[in-house]
Parts: sequence; structure tokens; C-alpha cells
Amino acid sequence: MNETVLSRFREQIIEAGKQNQVLSIQGGNTKSWYGNPSRSPILSTKPYQGILDYQPEELVITACAGTSIAEIESILAKNNQILPFEPPHFGDDATFGGVIAAGLAGPARISAGNLRDFVLGTRLMDGRGEDLSFGGKVMKNVAGYDVSRLLPGSLGTLALLLEASVKVLPKPAATASLRCRMGASDALKILNEWAGQPLPLNASAWIGDAGGEGELTIRLAGAKAAVTSASQMMQDRLGATVLDDSEADLFWRNLREQQLSWFSQMPNHHALWRLSLPANCPVLAMPKDCLPEIIMEWHGQERWIQGPANQSTANVLQKLAIQHGGHLTCFRSLSTEAFERFTRLDSNPLTAGFEAVQKRLRHSFDPFGVFTTGRLP
Amino acid sequence: MNAPASSAEIQSLQAKQAILVDALRPFLADDALLWQPEDTIPYECDGLAAYRKMPLAVALPENEEQVVNILKACKALGVPVVPRGSGTGLSGGAMPIEQGLVLSLAKFKKILQVDPFTRTAVVQPGVRNLAISEAVAKHGLYYAPDPSSQIACSIGGNVNENSGGVHCLKYGLTLHNVLRVRAVLMNGDVVEFGSMAPDSPGLDLLAVLIGSEGMLGIVTEITVKLVPKPKLARVIMASFDDIEKGGNAVAAIIAAGIIPAGLEMMDKPTTRAVEEFVHAGYDLNAEAILLCESDGTPEEVEEEIARMNAVLEKQGASRIQVSESEAERLRFWSGRKNAFPAAGRIAADYYCMDGTIPRRHIATLLKRIKGMEAKYGLGCLNVFHAGDGNMHPLILFNGADPDEWHRAEEFGTEILEACVELGGTITGEHGVGIEKINSMCVQFGEQERERFWGVKAAFDPDRLLNPDKAIPTLNRCAEYGRMRVSGGVLPHPELERF
Ligand SMILES: Cc1cc2nc3c(=O)[nH]c(=O)nc-3n(C[C@H](O)[C@H](O)[C@H](O)COP(=O)(O)OP(=O)(O)OC[C@H]3O[C@@H](n4cnc5c(N)ncnc54)[C@H](O)[C@@H]3O)c2cc1C
Ligand SMILES: Cc1cc2nc3c(=O)[nH]c(=O)nc-3n(C[C@H](O)[C@H](O)[C@H](O)COP(=O)(O)OP(=O)(O)OC[C@H]3O[C@@H](n4cnc5c(N)ncnc54)[C@H](O)[C@@H]3O)c2cc1C
Repeated sequence: MNETVLSRFREQIIEAGKQNQVLSIQGGNTKSWYGNPSRSPILSTKPYQGILDYQPEELVITACAGTSIAEIESILAKNNQILPFEPPHFGDDATFGGVIAAGLAGPARISAGNLRDFVLGTRLMDGRGEDLSFGGKVMKNVAGYDVSRLLPGSLGTLALLLEASVKVLPKPAATASLRCRMGASDALKILNEWAGQPLPLNASAWIGDAGGEGELTIRLAGAKAAVTSASQMMQDRLGATVLDDSEADLFWRNLREQQLSWFSQMPNHHALWRLSLPANCPVLAMPKDCLPEIIMEWHGQERWIQGPANQSTANVLQKLAIQHGGHLTCFRSLSTEAFERFTRLDSNPLTAGFEAVQKRLRHSFDPFGVFTTGRLP
Repeated sequence: MNAPASSAEIQSLQAKQAILVDALRPFLADDALLWQPEDTIPYECDGLAAYRKMPLAVALPENEEQVVNILKACKALGVPVVPRGSGTGLSGGAMPIEQGLVLSLAKFKKILQVDPFTRTAVVQPGVRNLAISEAVAKHGLYYAPDPSSQIACSIGGNVNENSGGVHCLKYGLTLHNVLRVRAVLMNGDVVEFGSMAPDSPGLDLLAVLIGSEGMLGIVTEITVKLVPKPKLARVIMASFDDIEKGGNAVAAIIAAGIIPAGLEMMDKPTTRAVEEFVHAGYDLNAEAILLCESDGTPEEVEEEIARMNAVLEKQGASRIQVSESEAERLRFWSGRKNAFPAAGRIAADYYCMDGTIPRRHIATLLKRIKGMEAKYGLGCLNVFHAGDGNMHPLILFNGADPDEWHRAEEFGTEILEACVELGGTITGEHGVGIEKINSMCVQFGEQERERFWGVKAAFDPDRLLNPDKAIPTLNRCAEYGRMRVSGGVLPHPELERF
């Protein structure tokens, strides 16, 4: 049955190549609003479903791109294992392929690593309809170039992901979440100091007025003894209070799924802007027409800002991000105004060479431009 | 191994050498350009001494501008370039090309910046792996990937091999610990991959550059991630009277939800060889010894050691010892860390293989290797990163006997093919280089190999940077397929032969 699906994919891709047509790869379509808008005909990965291999003691799961991420997480949970990068779902239909192609990670990213860090191997179909396999299912593998890891974050602009093997991890033995009030710059300072010490720091979120006070929530995860002693230390040092487990779970889930009231109260003419920044980036002064209330995740390396959904705000925030060694993405926008959602490579002088390589690389995987949706610049 | 060159060939090589030296001399100091055989001979091979070639010349630039100029000059002349770090590679990746230049990064030795607050260090590629940890120790930090060659190998070489070590099970490979790499492409473009932020715009080309075996760019600067030094580390040494039980214990520890800081295994022949050498007090009757390390806060370590102990007992360990002091911990590890030199003492030469398999097949592979020992009439020691399933069979042979070397090569190839068959790969950390280029034909099909060439061309369209390494050409695989006729049965008889 899957073979038929694959030959349909191949036909669709080859036909598109012949017709000079662009195809928009789609999984659950839970986030068609993420990335530059694209109106190309759809190649749906949903028919290509199933968990192909899962050996808990190997810490690896292999599944088809159209498999729902909820199904994957539930089979892992039965074995007390997790996807350590905590992918958000944004609806029941989210697929494994979509999660990988989006390449994003949730609250634990700062301690667990990026999604691409966990990708071990992929099977994909390129723009000629060729069925290719790279990497594998083992922890260490340096045979050939690491093509698999080009897929995370490629948003369907490089190749069609058919299957992937990802590393999973045991669920931490213990977790605890703590909360206290503090200013943004104190939070940045203390989080970075603690990250340099052997503490079981797993996630952090600071929510408040960029220039003033806010609320810091910290999640600890690891061995029981380590969590207990770190939790005690934070209570003593910061007067932090421990959240009860259900309250903590709800908070981290709502943060991950962007269901906190801060997200849902965004006015229609605003966009949700995401800044990805180096660890030493200080508190940033918010541009005038942006909301002073912000969210900082990943010990300050990921910052969420709400501001007008237009090119001039994009330019101002982009400049701010680049000036501090980071970059900007327009993550979510309800506005119909068309503007650049991602940092373009040519906005940084050092990336001209990078852009040339990327262009040739895309051409080699997709010579007829079947996947050039422009969703990623 | 190489046919002697004819006098016409030697003359043409000398002419090429003169042109290359003239082109490079203007921007290199006198002692930074070598071409006399007595000067270039130390560069004729890397850590895989069985494969050697003399280069046309060796350049030792000391700054990025010189690297740019060298590459531009070589591109204009069509001269291939082989980058070289410390030359400890075990797959011949830094082995010269007869018609090419060796570009050594040995003079790029500066640690440019250490920032304890952001837990990062900016270093030049020639910095030794261990030197980074030494330089940041005063901040309570270290650089986690620790190849056994860490006192000698360069971080530039690590980036190009995606090197790992004992701690990689818990702390990841080079890939997981490098944030940003600056490199010069063959056309002289200086490009940055990755950034100090958690992600950066564009495709993740940094992931492709890491492990690219010097074929995509010359790495000139690297930003690495530093991690806090654990307060305490303790190791359990467990004996098993059966290899199979040892292999199962590895899988059982992981299945119990424990990720040890290190999980290494030695078989009986290895234990015997190293005990004679280091006198660590190893159990000489054990068929397999497992070393399981735990690190973290004292409470964490105590908790984890107790859990690992329980698993090992349940898996039938015949003897269990837990290190009680740092000195004892280092003593337990001393044999594992000295296994290679110990092998060198019991045999004239040894050939170190490097394949990865799913953990559950460890015992299967070890048993198959036993059979191969008889088949090829050569001994083999097994000491490896069990937690990752990364095997390092050491095939013992006498290099003075060409037939033994030939059998050792065949033995190694058969092990790698077994790794692929068991669902694994032909190299976990040493790279493909020149050594395993034929085995690439076993692991990858023609279409994948073509796409690898596409990646190469995206960075280096003229194929001048370390060509003939790692990615086999179509012809090469066809040739190889013809050569490997075992037991009169042609592999893939359905395929047309050239
Ligand atoms: C606001 C928001 C926040 C998010 N935050 C996170 C986060 O923190 N962590 C995280 O991990 N994820 C995050 N995601 C990603 C998202 O939750 C998952 O990626 C999601 O489940 C997408 O699956 P989907 O099947 O709906 O993808 P779709 O919306 O169908 O597709 C997403 C993109 O992937 C491409 N694509 C889909 N399938 C394939 C395939 N098989 N091969 C090649 N390309 C393909 C599409 O072309 C498209 O560009 C976020 C998404 C949104 C909208
Ligand atoms: C005793 C011993 C034990 C070892 N143990 C391990 C181990 O545990 N784990 C492990 O992973 N490896 C191990 N190795 C292999 C080796 O040390 C590693 O592969 C190491 O990363 C090589 O580093 P190097 O500086 O010596 O590189 P070299 O051998 O000089 O070069 C390796 C490759 O990288 C390229 N290269 C080097 N520098 C650059 C640069 N700046 N830019 C572009 N390309 C470059 C070269 O062209 C070549 O292809 C061991 C080797 C020995 C001899």
C-alpha cells in the first residue's frame, strides 16, 4: 500500500517538473501560516503513514512522514521515553514530517538540543522523484555527508521527506518547576550563571515588561537527588515557590503550544515576532509600537515580541537582532499584508558565499524547481 | 602499493611542483612552504600509515588571508588541496595527493576568546582538543567530545571528522558541541556557518560541513560550546563470563532509562593485553568487561550508580567493582585508554576498524568476528564504545608480510560489511577517507552517491578540495563490485558490469 503511495508521489513530482509547476508539501497543515505564504498545488504526505521501527533499548524511532506526532508521542510515552526537543502540536493533525521540516523545538531546547541534533537518518524523494536514503538508525555514523540534517527547518523547499529515524531519550527521573519575580536583566544574568554550573536546568521562561519586572519560571529535570537539591537552592536563594505538578505541566504545555493568554490576546494587526539571539544578548529596548510585555525562553536566547505586522517593523526588529548577532522571524501573522517573514541571507555581508552554496545545493536536489515555494527564502 | 613512476612522470611532476611553488612563494614565509622530499616526508600519511603518498608541496599558512590566497592560486592552476590538522586521522583523510598541495593548519594555534558567561570559546583549527578543556578548566567548564587522541588531534580535524569519544554517549559528538564555523571555500570565499544564536537563517549547512572530511572548505575558526565540569565521576567495572551477557547488559542499561557518562567494553584478549601493560587489576577470567561511568553531583552519582549496579547484577555480572576514589577511577580507565598501544605491543602492527551497529547486535557481531579470526588466520582485539554501538576491532598483523596485510584488509572489509548487514554503518567516527571508500559502495546506492557529489559541487564545483576521498565515483564502485567476488558468487549478479 505504501509502495503505491510512493509511486504516486514520484509521478506527481516528475509531472510537476515537466510542467514547470511548484508543489507545496503539506502534512497536517496545522501551520500553513508559518513561513512565507505559498499558493502552489499541494502534495499531501498524509497518506504515507506508519511507525516502521521502534526499539526502545536502541533509543530510536523510525516513522513515515505522514504519521501523526501524537501517535509517536503516545507510543514513546508507553515506554517512558520522549522526544527531547518537545515539539508543539498546534492541532491534532500535526505530522512527523511537518515537525521535522519546521525544525523548531520547544522549551527544553536550551538543555536538550535542537531537533536536528536528534535526526539520525532520513529517506527522501528529491525533485527528480528519486528515492534516497541517508544516515541510518545508529547513534554514530559519519559515512558520507550528513544530508539528513539538511531537512530540519527546510520547510519543504529542498526535498520531500518520506521517513526519518530520530533519537529519543528516557523521560527524566524527576522534574520540578519553580517560580519567582525578578527583572529581565537579573533573570538573564542568573540563568546564564546557573547554566555554567552542573545543575539540572531544563527550561526557563520569563514573562514581563521588557524594561521592568516580570515572572521567571524554571523547570528542573534529571536525577531525583539533583532536582531536589537544586530546587532547595533556588527556594533559598530566590525565594522561589514550587509549582504543583499539574499547574507546572499546564504552564509548559501552554507555553509550547502558544496558548498562554499573552499569545491569545494578540490584536489582529499585530504579528508574533521571534528573535533568536546569542546568550550574552542584553535586555533590548522595545521599538515604540511593539508591546512592552515580552516572553523570553531558552535563558533569553529566544524572545517573543508582539508588534505591527508590516515590513517596517520587520526591518527595525531585524536590525536589532542582527546587531546583537542573532536573527528575526515573523512567526505568526493574521495580517494579509505581504512582507518578508524570515531573515534573508543577503542582509548579512558574511552570508553571500553561504547563499551561493545553498542555491547550488538546492539546485542539485531539485533541478526543476519543483519545491521552490519560496516559503523559506 | 604504488607502482614506481616512470622518468617522464617524474619530470612532469617536477615541472608542476616548480609552477606551484612559484605561485605560492609571494605570500608565504620561506619556512612556510616545503617541497624538498626531506621536508615533505613527514606529511606522506596520517594515522593510517599503511597508505602513503608524497605531495607536490606542503604549505603552512598562519592567517586566513594566506589561506584565501593559497586556495585562489591552486584553483587557478587546477592543483588539488588536501587540508591537514594534526594528522592523527585513521582513515587516510589527510593523506596527500601526488599532484596536490597539503595545506597544514598547524600554525592556527590560538585560542581567540573564552567567555565563561556564555559558555563558549572561539578557537583556531590547529588548537588541540585537550588544550581547550585545559584553557577553560579554571572556569569549571570543559569541551565535552573527547576522542582518545585528544592530546594530539586538532579541533579542525575533529570538526571535519565529527569526532567522538567516551563521553559522547551523554554529551554528544562534535556536531552537538560546535555552534559556528568559519571556513574558506575553494574559490576564496570566506563563509560563516551557524552562529552564536541557537539557530540561523538558511539551510543547516553547518551540519553538512561537520564530518565533511576536508572536502568542502578549509576551516579557519570554530566556536565551541563548553559545559560545566561535573562535580564527581565514578565508574563501575563489571565482569561477564560470556560476551553475550555483556552485550545484553549494555542494551539493558539503556533500556532502564540510564544514559551513562561512558559505557565501554573490552573483550578477554584485550583485557589480557592491556593488563600486562598497565597493571590495573582487571579480571583476567572475564570474557567481557564493561566500564560504566556516572557523573554529576554526588547525590546524582550515588543514585545512578545504584541503578546501574542493579541492572548489571540482574544481567548476571560475575564481578562488580565501583571506584572509590579519583585515583581508582583513573586506574579502571587506564586499560581502556591504553588499549591501542597495548595492541601495538603484542603484534607488529594492528589495523583499527570503526563501524557502528545497533546495540542489540553487539554480541552477534563479536561472535562473527571470532569466526573471521579463524578464516583469515589473524587475531583481533575488541575494545569499543559499547553505549553507542561503535565498534573498534583491532586486527593484529605483521606489516612486513604483504600477505598478512592483505588478509587484514580483507578481514576489515568483511567486518564493515557485517556492520551494514546488521543495520549499521561503515564508520562511526574515523571517517571514510581513502580507507573505506570501497565500503561506501556497499552502504550507498548510485543515486545517493550522485547526490553526495552534488553536495560536494555546491561547495567546490571544480572538485579540487581533497578529491578522491570519502565519496567514491561511479567507476570506482563498478570496479569494486567486480573485484569482490566471494565464493564464486558475484554480488548483485543482476547488475551489468563495466
Ligand atoms: C506557532 C507555531 C509554533 C511552533 N513551535 C514549535 C516548537 O516550539 N517546536 C517544534 O518542534 N515545532 C513547532 N512548531 C511546528 C509544528 O508544531 C509542527 O511542525 C507541526 O506539528 C507541523 O506539522 P504539520 O504536519 O501540520 O506541517 P504542515 O503545516 O503541513 O507543514 C509544515 C512545513 O513542512 C513542510 N513539510 C511537511 N511535511 C513534509 C515532508 N514530509 N517533507 C518535506 N517537507 C514537509 C511543508 O511544506 C511546510 O513548509 C510550531 C508551529 C507553529 C505554527
Ligand atoms: C590513537 C588514536 C585514537 C583515536 N581515537 C579516536 C576517538 O576516540 N574518536 C575519534 O573520533 N577519533 C579518534 N581518532 C582519530 C582522529 O584522532 C580523529 O579523526 C581526529 O579528529 C583527527 O584530527 P586531526 O587534527 O589529526 O586531523 P587530520 O588527521 O589532520 O585530518 C582529518 C581530516 O580532516 C581534514 N581537516 C583537518 N583539519 C582541517 C581543517 N582545518 N579544515 C578542513 N579540513 C581539515 C583533513 O583533510 C582530513 O580529511 C584516533 C586516532 C588515533 C591515532
